[in-house]
Amino acid sequence: MARIEAEVGKPQGGFMKWIDDRFPFTKTMEHHVTRYYASKNFNWWYVFGVLAFVVLAIQLITGIFLTMNYKPSAAEAFASVEYIMRDLEWGWLIRYMHSTGASFFFIVVYLHMFRAMLYGSYKKPRELIWLIGMLIFFVLMAEGFAGYLLPWGQMSYWGAQVIISLFGAIPVIGDTLVEFIRGDYSISDITLNRFFALHVILLPLALIALVFVHIVALHEVGSNNPDGIEIKEKKGPDGVPLDGVPFHPHHTSKDLVAIIVFLMIFASVVFFAPEMGGLFLEHANFEPANVTATPEHIAPVWYYTPYYAILRAVPDKLWGFILFAIAVVLPVFLPWLDRCRVRSIRYRGWMYKTALTVFVISFIALGWLGLQAATPTYVMFARIFSALYFAFFLLMPFYTAMDKTKPVPDRVVYHA
Amino acid sequence: MTEDDLDRNRRHFLTVATVVTGVAGAGMAAIPFISSLQPSARAQAMGAPVEVPLGSMQPGEMIRVMWRGRLVFVLRRDEKMLDKLPVDRDQLRDPNSEVADQQPDYAANETRSIKPEYLVVEGSCTHLGCAPLEDFDATLAPDYAGGFFCPCHGSKFDFAGRVFKGVPAPTNLRVPPHRFVRDDLILIGQDSGAA
Repeated sequence: MARIEAEVGKPQGGFMKWIDDRFPFTKTMEHHVTRYYASKNFNWWYVFGVLAFVVLAIQLITGIFLTMNYKPSAAEAFASVEYIMRDLEWGWLIRYMHSTGASFFFIVVYLHMFRAMLYGSYKKPRELIWLIGMLIFFVLMAEGFAGYLLPWGQMSYWGAQVIISLFGAIPVIGDTLVEFIRGDYSISDITLNRFFALHVILLPLALIALVFVHIVALHEVGSNNPDGIEIKEKKGPDGVPLDGVPFHPHHTSKDLVAIIVFLMIFASVVFFAPEMGGLFLEHANFEPANVTATPEHIAPVWYYTPYYAILRAVPDKLWGFILFAIAVVLPVFLPWLDRCRVRSIRYRGWMYKTALTVFVISFIALGWLGLQAATPTYVMFARIFSALYFAFFLLMPFYTAMDKTKPVPDRVVYHA
Repeated sequence: MTEDDLDRNRRHFLTVATVVTGVAGAGMAAIPFISSLQPSARAQAMGAPVEVPLGSMQPGEMIRVMWRGRLVFVLRRDEKMLDKLPVDRDQLRDPNSEVADQQPDYAANETRSIKPEYLVVEGSCTHLGCAPLEDFDATLAPDYAGGFFCPCHGSKFDFAGRVFKGVPAPTNLRVPPHRFVRDDLILIGQDSGAA
């Protein structure tokens, strides 16, 4: 049988050749890193993918060390978290990194998603990247939710009670389903133990697998850019896109700056404001779970509050659940709701720009409203912003089709 | 063997048969795992009925007991509370307790109880499961004669645990199965069979 020689790259021999004959190391590195050409006009919006990767690493590492000291039982969970915070060497740092990391994960992922909306990164041929990304987002929401039960504080318990009860709104199977999720007639030791398993095994594995697939899909079609044009259409004689530069060392060195800035901000929060005034760690959670008394004001952690505000805006349990679920799922359909031929906001008309602005304002307003007590005034505002949130998606086929676009350049440009 | 020799029907049959057998096998193998997620024998045992002695309860007094890890309110209603039951009828969503799942048949009456004095309801708001607060003097929420008020999303219930209109909770508070073992002893979680 003929030996298969390495087709590309420098003549090589020795150890690397031995490896490459048995495992496509050089080929993989070239395909994904050293010969992966991404547009040279990437701006700062393009750092959040890498940052999400960094946060994932932080969460995995701190998470492993937390599991070494945490006890997933209703009798011991709260005390074991206190033990980590007070008695374990550097335990407070590891735990604060993990709890802060959860919030930063969502900050980074929301900005990463917003980047896709700015530059039309979800549009053909990148629909699948967007779909996988949305799956990652759903798994992340589940991961955060399961993790929040583990400290077994008041907000852990009652937050879980409220969210799990949501499924009880489903007709016919609702009550059975809720009992099945809890594994008991109420949220108990059994529920805690099972959420621990989901939080440390199933969901992280799913997350890692999906991130892998997300990147493979991205590297198949190539990265979008702030101009929303295909750099692959203009190639030099060497077959390299004229507007592309290799991911390494060009983008990696830029990303390194972003990572350092990110870690500075991250460390500031970990050291000086890990609770973020009750936003990252809610005050009610410093009391152990008490089955007989609901805290006066229940709000989920900030990253779920936009959807929670939509849920509360509806005066009916079943419809509240339905609209809540639709609100979470709607972005999945962006690639098909958006009928505009132009990807980037740079060359889109005023309609999309206005719609996107209204969407961002609505999302942030809903997030704020979801943190407040549901007074009649706030509920009314929540209804208005919910309507705007849905309108952004449901009217998209119309306003993106009607919108006047500007001519798109052949090559990437450098204006900010 | 060449392409022509292939018995495609046979190959197709074998493919389908293998897939069906495999899927059925995987389905069977999944049963123990899925079943293990249901309430265990211990959870069911912990969910056994609980006895609540009523001897020392004064009119107007409410006690909280746990059954199946859930909060249950036992309220000995006084005259005033009972008098208030008909007052808000037209503001209630289900004044006649017609939603069958929310109470056993023997509690589907005007007072939603076996004996008018004693109300037994789960202390779990039918909206999203928060524990309602006792609001007997109607100090926590306006526009009603008092009862239970859920702090989470503002649902209101009267002294029979009946939900008001215009609040997020869809149904009345649930009455758990219960029965009087003696005049001064309630068994919660069971309504038939020997004590």
